Amino acid sequence: MSEQDNPRREFLRKTLTLIPVVTVASTGLGSTVMMATPAVAAPEPAQRPSSPGKAYEPTYFTAEEWAFVNAAVARLIPADEQGPGALEAGVPEYIDRQMNTPYASGALWFMQGPFNADAPPEMGWQSKLVPKQIYRLGIAATEELCKKAYNSTFAGLDSATRDEVLKQLEAGTPKFESVPAKMFFSFLLQNTKEGFFCDPIHGGNKGMVGWTMIGFPGARADFMDWVERNEQYPFPAVSIRGERA
Amino acid sequence: MSTVMKKVDAVIVGFGWTGAIMAKELTEAGLNVVALERGPMQDTYPDGNYPQVIDELTYSVRKKLFQDVSKETVTIRHSVNDVALPNRQLGAFLPGNGVGGAGLHWSGVHFRVDPMELRMRSHYEERYGKNFIPKDMTIQDFGVSYEELEPFFDYAEKVFGTSGQAWTVNGKLVGEGKGGNPYAPDRSDHFPLVSQKNTYSAQLFQKAANEVGYKPYNLPSANTSGPYTNPYGAQMGPCNFCGFCSGYVCYMYSKASPNVNILPALKPLPNFELRPDAHVIRVNLDSTKSKATGVTYIDALGREIEQPADLVILGAFQLHNVRLMLLSGIGKPYDPKTGEGVVGRNFAYQNMATIKAYFDKDVHTNNFIGAGGNGVAIDDFNADNFDHGPHGFVGGSPMWVNQAGSRPIAGTSNPPGTPTWGSAWKRATADYYTHQVSMDAHGAHQSYRSNYLDLDPVYRDSFGQPLLRMTFDWQENDIKMNRFMMEKMGKIAEAMNPKAIARIGKQVGDHFNTASYQTTHLNGGAIMGTDPKTSALNRYLQSWDVHNVFVPGASAFPQGLGYNPTGLVAALTYWSARAIREQYLKNPGPLVQA
Repeated sequence: MSEQDNPRREFLRKTLTLIPVVTVASTGLGSTVMMATPAVAAPEPAQRPSSPGKAYEPTYFTAEEWAFVNAAVARLIPADEQGPGALEAGVPEYIDRQMNTPYASGALWFMQGPFNADAPPEMGWQSKLVPKQIYRLGIAATEELCKKAYNSTFAGLDSATRDEVLKQLEAGTPKFESVPAKMFFSFLLQNTKEGFFCDPIHGGNKGMVGWTMIGFPGARADFMDWVERNEQYPFPAVSIRGERA
Repeated sequence: MSTVMKKVDAVIVGFGWTGAIMAKELTEAGLNVVALERGPMQDTYPDGNYPQVIDELTYSVRKKLFQDVSKETVTIRHSVNDVALPNRQLGAFLPGNGVGGAGLHWSGVHFRVDPMELRMRSHYEERYGKNFIPKDMTIQDFGVSYEELEPFFDYAEKVFGTSGQAWTVNGKLVGEGKGGNPYAPDRSDHFPLVSQKNTYSAQLFQKAANEVGYKPYNLPSANTSGPYTNPYGAQMGPCNFCGFCSGYVCYMYSKASPNVNILPALKPLPNFELRPDAHVIRVNLDSTKSKATGVTYIDALGREIEQPADLVILGAFQLHNVRLMLLSGIGKPYDPKTGEGVVGRNFAYQNMATIKAYFDKDVHTNNFIGAGGNGVAIDDFNADNFDHGPHGFVGGSPMWVNQAGSRPIAGTSNPPGTPTWGSAWKRATADYYTHQVSMDAHGAHQSYRSNYLDLDPVYRDSFGQPLLRMTFDWQENDIKMNRFMMEKMGKIAEAMNPKAIARIGKQVGDHFNTASYQTTHLNGGAIMGTDPKTSALNRYLQSWDVHNVFVPGASAFPQGLGYNPTGLVAALTYWSARAIREQYLKNPGPLVQA
């Protein structure tokens, strides 16, 4: 197995990992800050997000699709000097879980025909496809493209080439028969951001890493005392289940 | 075969703001009232329970509280030459569903109206001449004056527990230097609560607007600035700026809603019944077609039920009121070719422009803090507060910072040119999420001959009835006004001295984008007026054709306002209810002779 088959390992080998460290009250801020620490030397803090893609077994995606989803979201929101990325946040688990909701089977949308898939974008969603199909067809078409162009699976490509393929999807360059590349990409990106920023009850944003990165305090939902201030909000995020970042 | 229920005095279709107000007023008059709500029962508990309601994915992203478009939607086309397509996913607007309707998940900006907007055509003709109004623009007067409505605006604010600062009360200046709006019409009383606190973003807008020479004021907000008990005995707690306002049930009992402010007073009444999961499919008329005999609805089990009643109130959302009139044969459908007919006529929307200003990290706008109704606004370009003569367009626009709370999935935004993914996106999102100000020009929208509503010939709802069809596009006047407002608002944004500015407005040739959220302020289609040839309802919101049908709601507006519609919707509903109580019940029949 090549190193590219395991994006997580590649990430660990080539970069530092980032772990949350709670500063002491004497700094005047109780906030969580991210500190760069060599991965090998990093202790495992109690609230560290569980290792992505290991414990969770997908229920909708096949093994091949699962490898694609992991490899793709790792590029859409990469782990970098800003902090953990989509993999660390559990985005693949989030997307797989979403595939079993009414949303993914189009049950929240008006799906009566006739359909006019060629309508201009300002007419909104006009496709007969639903998210579950879009992933299945979009992943298969992208894998076929990677096989033809690079003789590799998507997950087997290096990071730069994976980015190149994703950019092509985003621009709608490949003309897939089964699903518009742009449409597939837009779902992948939207759901990745959802998984990075949702409440952890939905399976993503593990350890509230997405919220911590941007300074969103989660389910605190009480800012009576902070409304008028030009100050950084000092308290770390909390989740619906009461976890604290 | 329908099951026939026991006859009641009044049946109300829809239990949002208008349905709840009518239910309260008509039960006070001693009537037996049944309210039919197509959606489920909803209330602060359990639907707004903390912390479960603090869930962006479930509420605003997957749209839990909004109309279920899998069952019923509207079709849309830009002109009569296009084939209308269904609005398959909610986008531009977000109608409500269930008890409380859109009043449960609204934001809470609670304005009155600029008096001139009630006599739009007369005012423009008087000041600028008849030729100033474009030929195809079908703006009209409402047929009711601000002075007539003032007591009802006042009462509605007391029911809603509205926070704000008066400019004058009974002609006495009270609001100067305190956040009052110098352009606001006179009031008979103060707001029931003082203005809400201003977010730092709103403070930046206020300072910049002052520097540019405008007159900033505090937005009137139906989010409480303190504890409050309304005239019905309903209690509200102070808003804590939780940031989960628009699209959510308020867990703090701070945002006015039919559920918090009116329903508790109705529940104990023996002469009131609320029936959720009752989807009205038509109003039944007698053989003369001039009198309604009640309504027919489908219950949760799919059974067809007939509810006879002496009085029928259509209190559904704007789109549904118009559709029910068309499905029931109440009033003559509008024909854009001849300009004749009234139902579906003068459909209008809101003409929005948005600017986002991005700052360095020393400016902490903390965009997760917010309340739907709070903010700072200017009216210098609203209504007819400036000379439209040199600019050649009709309509005005308030402008504001109304920080309702931005959440991370849908509420992050980065300076123009930022990539949408990868490390560069990540860095920008971390840099700007809590350091940006979003401001809107909330433009009035005029009505035109070619923008209208009728029934779709192809698509049907889950009960087999034709969907409503919207024929709608932006007109030259709209683009002109939008560009003017964008330029004026740009000066405020520039005075804030940000690092970057994003301008989101309309360009010549732009079509109505059904996928991009604008506002849920849909107007017209069953408009009020003084002439049955050009209005579906008389000035008391009574159908000209079927005298025991009243149709409150923004469907009665002949054109869109600069302000948010809910304040006028509520006042007009109380005004209509007063006419029913004091005139109609004594002598049922047309309240205005055609």
